[in-house]
Amino acid sequence: MIGALITREVRRGSSGLTWLPIAFFLLVVALMPFAVGPDARLLSRVGPGALWIAALTAALLPVERLIEPDRADGVLDQLALHGLAEESIAVAKIFAHWLTFAPLLLIAAVPGAALLAMDGPALARTELALAIGTPGLAALAVAIAAVTAGLPRAGSLAGLLLLPLAIPILIFGAANALLLEAAVSLLLTAGAPFVAGAALRAART
Amino acid sequence: MTLLRFDQVALRRGGRLLFEGLDLALAAGEALHVAGPNGSGKSSLIRLAAGLLRAERGQIERSPAALADDSLALDRELPLHRALTFWGSSPDRAMEALGLVQLAPVLVRLLSSGQLKRATLARVAASGAPLWLLDEPLNALDDDGAKRLADLVEQHRRSGGAVLAASHQPLPGEWRRLELAS
Repeated sequence: MIGALITREVRRGSSGLTWLPIAFFLLVVALMPFAVGPDARLLSRVGPGALWIAALTAALLPVERLIEPDRADGVLDQLALHGLAEESIAVAKIFAHWLTFAPLLLIAAVPGAALLAMDGPALARTELALAIGTPGLAALAVAIAAVTAGLPRAGSLAGLLLLPLAIPILIFGAANALLLEAAVSLLLTAGAPFVAGAALRAART
Repeated sequence: MTLLRFDQVALRRGGRLLFEGLDLALAAGEALHVAGPNGSGKSSLIRLAAGLLRAERGQIERSPAALADDSLALDRELPLHRALTFWGSSPDRAMEALGLVQLAPVLVRLLSSGQLKRATLARVAASGAPLWLLDEPLNALDDDGAKRLADLVEQHRRSGGAVLAASHQPLPGEWRRLELAS
C-alpha cells in the first residue's frame, strides 16, 4: 500500500502544477537585479542568499495541496482503514513531495544563478547546499500541511509557521556550513513524520 | 464468531454526550441497521466502529473493516477503474455487481452522485474485509442501486461477513435494528 501511495503522490505532484513553485522561484530570483541594481559584483555576492530566499518561498506554495484535499475527501480515513499508520502516510508524502520538488528546484537554480551573475564554483556550492537542505524543507512542508489541515486561511498560517522553522536550514545552507545544515535537515526529516502523524490523528473528526 | 463488539461504550462529541453504556455485538452473517433521528450519533457510531474516533469510555473490538461513507476518496482525475484499483484488490467483480462496468474508463469527476455512491460501495465489496461499515448507503442511490446493494449485503452475509449500516431510512433486506435516541 505504501508503494502505491508514493506512486500516487508522485503522479499527483507532477501533474501540471509542479511547475508553479519553480516558475515562482525563478520569478523571485529575477526580481533581485531589479531590487538591488544591475551591479554584477553586488549581485554575485547576494546571489546564494537570494537563491535560498526564493527556494524557501517556493517551498510554501504546495503546502495547501499536500494534506488538506486528502483529509477533506476521506482518503486519510481509507488509508487508516487499510492499516497504514499516520506516520507512514507522512513518510510517503514527504518522500514523494521531495521527488517532485527538489530535482526541479536544483535545475531551476542554474538559470537562477545566471540571473544573479554567480560563477560556476558559487553555483556548485549552492546546489550542494540546496540538495542537502531540500529533504528538510519537504519534511517541514508536509508537517506544517498536516498541522494546518482543515483550518481556515491555512495557507497564510502555514507560511507563518514554516518560514521561522526553516531559518536554521537557511542560515547553515546560505553560509555553506554543510555539516550543520545536514544535521538540521536530518533532524527535520526524522521528526516531521511524528509531528505530521500526531496532527493527522488530531485533525480527524 | 464475533466480528464487532462494543462493550459499555460512551461517546462525546463537541462536549455533548451522544450515547453511553452502548453494548453491541455483531456475529458473522449478521446485519445491523443503526437507526435514529439526525444528530443522534449514527455516523459517529460507524466511525467508532472503524477505529477513526476514540470512545470516551468502554472497549471496542473489531475485525478488519471496510468503510463507505459520504466522502469519496477516489482520485477525480483518473478513470473509475484505475481509481478503484488504487485501493488494492481487483474491483472487477464488485463493479459488475453494482452495474459500473460500462463506467470503468470514465473519469471519476464526470460521474453523477449516484454513480459515485455505487463506486464507494464497490470499494467496500472489493476489499475482502469481513466487516462492512456503511454510513447512509442509500443516499443518492436509485431503486436499481438499492436492490444491487441488498443483493451484495445478502451475499456477504452468506459468505460469513457482517454488515453495520447507519441510515435514517428503512434499508432493503433483512436487518436487525438498533435505535439511537436523540
